Amino acid sequence: MELTGAEIVCESLLKEGVDVIFGLPGGAVLPFYGALGKYPQLRHVLVRHEQGAAMAADGYARVTGKVGVCAATSGPGATNLVTGIATAQMDSVPIVAITGQVPRPAIGRDAFQETDVTGITLPITKHNYLVMEVEDIAPAIKEAFHIARTGRPGPVLVDIPKDVLQDLRAEFIWPELPNLPGYNPPGDADPEQVTRAAELINQAERPLILAGHGVLISHTYDRLIELAEKAQIPVITTLLGISSMPTGHSLNLGMPGMHGMAYNNLAIDEADLLIALGMRFDDRITGRLKDFAPNAKVVHVEVDASEVDKNVKADAPVVGDLKRVLDQLLPLVEPNVHIDWQRHLDDLKSQHPSLHIRDSEELLPQYVLNSLSEVTRGDCIVVTGVGQHQMWAAQHCKFNSPNTLITSGGLGAMGFEVPAALGAKMGRPDKPVWSVAGDGGFQMTMCDLATAVENNIDVKFAILNNGTLGMVHQWQDLFYDKDYFATVYSGNPDFVKLAAAYGITGLRVTKQEEVADAIQQAMETPGPVIVDFVVRESENVYPMIPAGGSIQEMMEDEPEVSVAPPSGGG
Amino acid sequence: MPNSGMEEHTIVALVEDKPGVLTRIASLFRRRGFNIASLAVGKSEQPGLSRMTFVVTGDQDTVVQVTKQLDKLIEIIRVADISDHETVARELALIKVRTTPATRAEIIQMVHLFRANVVDVGAQSMVVEVTGEEDKVNALHHLLEPFGIIEMLRTGLVAMVRGQEDPRASDTIGIEIPENGSRASVPG
Ligand SMILES: Cc1ncc(C[n+]2csc(CCOP(=O)(O)OP(=O)(O)O)c2C)c(N)n1
Repeated sequence: MELTGAEIVCESLLKEGVDVIFGLPGGAVLPFYGALGKYPQLRHVLVRHEQGAAMAADGYARVTGKVGVCAATSGPGATNLVTGIATAQMDSVPIVAITGQVPRPAIGRDAFQETDVTGITLPITKHNYLVMEVEDIAPAIKEAFHIARTGRPGPVLVDIPKDVLQDLRAEFIWPELPNLPGYNPPGDADPEQVTRAAELINQAERPLILAGHGVLISHTYDRLIELAEKAQIPVITTLLGISSMPTGHSLNLGMPGMHGMAYNNLAIDEADLLIALGMRFDDRITGRLKDFAPNAKVVHVEVDASEVDKNVKADAPVVGDLKRVLDQLLPLVEPNVHIDWQRHLDDLKSQHPSLHIRDSEELLPQYVLNSLSEVTRGDCIVVTGVGQHQMWAAQHCKFNSPNTLITSGGLGAMGFEVPAALGAKMGRPDKPVWSVAGDGGFQMTMCDLATAVENNIDVKFAILNNGTLGMVHQWQDLFYDKDYFATVYSGNPDFVKLAAAYGITGLRVTKQEEVADAIQQAMETPGPVIVDFVVRESENVYPMIPAGGSIQEMMEDEPEVSVAPPSGGG
Repeated sequence: MPNSGMEEHTIVALVEDKPGVLTRIASLFRRRGFNIASLAVGKSEQPGLSRMTFVVTGDQDTVVQVTKQLDKLIEIIRVADISDHETVARELALIKVRTTPATRAEIIQMVHLFRANVVDVGAQSMVVEVTGEEDKVNALHHLLEPFGIIEMLRTGLVAMVRGQEDPRASDTIGIEIPENGSRASVPG
């Protein structure tokens, strides 16, 4: 039987095992929505803004490891997806975006709601398609999912003109294999490079593992622990690698870099070997490249060959699928203890207690996040926005299982905290999900509170409300003469009343003593809850290495004098 | 990135002949700040596949990045820097040069010396076609310059590795493909 293009899209999504689609319809994509109604297996979650659809798909993908799917109409619908797609691209998250396009005869004529979305998203997708024939829909969707999820994952956009969705029909033929002669993600690594890596590891006296998002993406957490324990190598996790090893594991040192633990940055400075696993030496980690890890050789295991030698030169470049590489590597790594090194790191840790939370009259955000982990016993998924609260969450929350810190690392997109949390809860209904939000980021996407209410998506929102664009305020405080231009929010809504407007519970916390109870109460209340934590306005995140700086410029606490503006990107 | 000296590199690629491929490549070069000195595209011996030759200026590290980034484009099937290989490299130029009755014979003589051809003769100009390595084209260009060049068009270099009759090698771009390693594919 011949199906319409729209029906072929639905059939293809079913073949890919899709169970939820986040989206919002419009003229060009309406034929797809018309078909979608006939496929109840494909649950549609109607968002309030398409950025939310892309970010919800992203959150869903990060917690499940499956491909997240979002849909939008042509023109403004598609352009609204852009920030979410770019977020997924920077953080290697598999999502597939389906967009309607104006009918083929109208393409290129500046038709109503026509935008060149494949052009716009070309540099922010792993790949994209403009499907001009109905027979090409199924192969394009097959390829899109394959590309999105394999190798280094990423977003793929499939743009389909309205007439191809609506007017054309074809047999639904699902290709057995994607036809991608130019796409061969690596599997096993070159054995010589693995041997070289093992030699470096076996000879090292002061080794460190840098575990990145790749460990989570490739489900390599068990092998990471095996490697660390076998040779007693301490593990530092990048922001996106944080939940790849339980926070409480004795070999887990936490995060390095701009707001990383001082002892980690000192350790990297002294290390004689960095074993980088599925990470890309982002500038938030390295600071000034020429001063980064001056004493270390580098083993770099990456599935994306272009990441090797991009920022940091590798002495042992190992290109391959991380899981398979560790299977190759583990038998070659000799058991070791590194007693002196570990003792030294313990000393560094006690001399530089970066996680100490001081006593304070005012409510401190660090205290709130520490309590969140205590009350939830580290058994919840934390989805953050971008800014100070994000860094405090990375520093102070505890993570016991993989994929439990969901955050926009590479793009640093404020507003991620609301929709990504909805997607995360849809993906892991069994886990408590806390959106840790800034009052700035929350207001960028809080329209999707309605989506949470409408679909009863049980996310708890903890707003760390400092009344400012905190992280930018911090840079002004430290580097721009305390001129707080355009970073103070004087017109914030009353978030408790906002909750009431949506018919959900809202709580306000202003004192330390109330924190644990409020978290507990939120957990016991079914459905979405907003907790407005009114925290100290001028609290800054430390330690801090200014952008483009090095360990010499690290501030472990409030500096006495003001510092020159950093030249590195921010 | 450490700078090990700017050089010209010749990169060849086998590419699926699909809409948008050139845009992807151009976008990549622009976004990553790579410099293309020349780019030539045309059909290959295989239907549906094109071959491209890029001349890229940059230090060794940059050029390695260029090839790795190109390799990530889904429609690029193979890509290689063949600068260190024995290659046949050619460029074609059309040069429209000003002529007078007094200079015409001299120009034709020069053209023949270069084994180039006069392909069009007008009242006050002629069009010269020259094929060869870049240096040869440059040399003729410089010799013709004093007469007055009205228009010049160069195709950019096309290049091919010499020898290598192995069908597997020629099926790609004349470089060895590793048996496993970075080319092995992941199922699923
Ligand atoms: C979409 C977007 N716009 C601007 C920025 C720049 N920026 C980075 S952090 C920050 C402040 C965030 O404020 P808030 O969400 O309240 O979090 P806080 O830093 O106060 O914890 C801004 C404006 C950004 N990262 N993303």
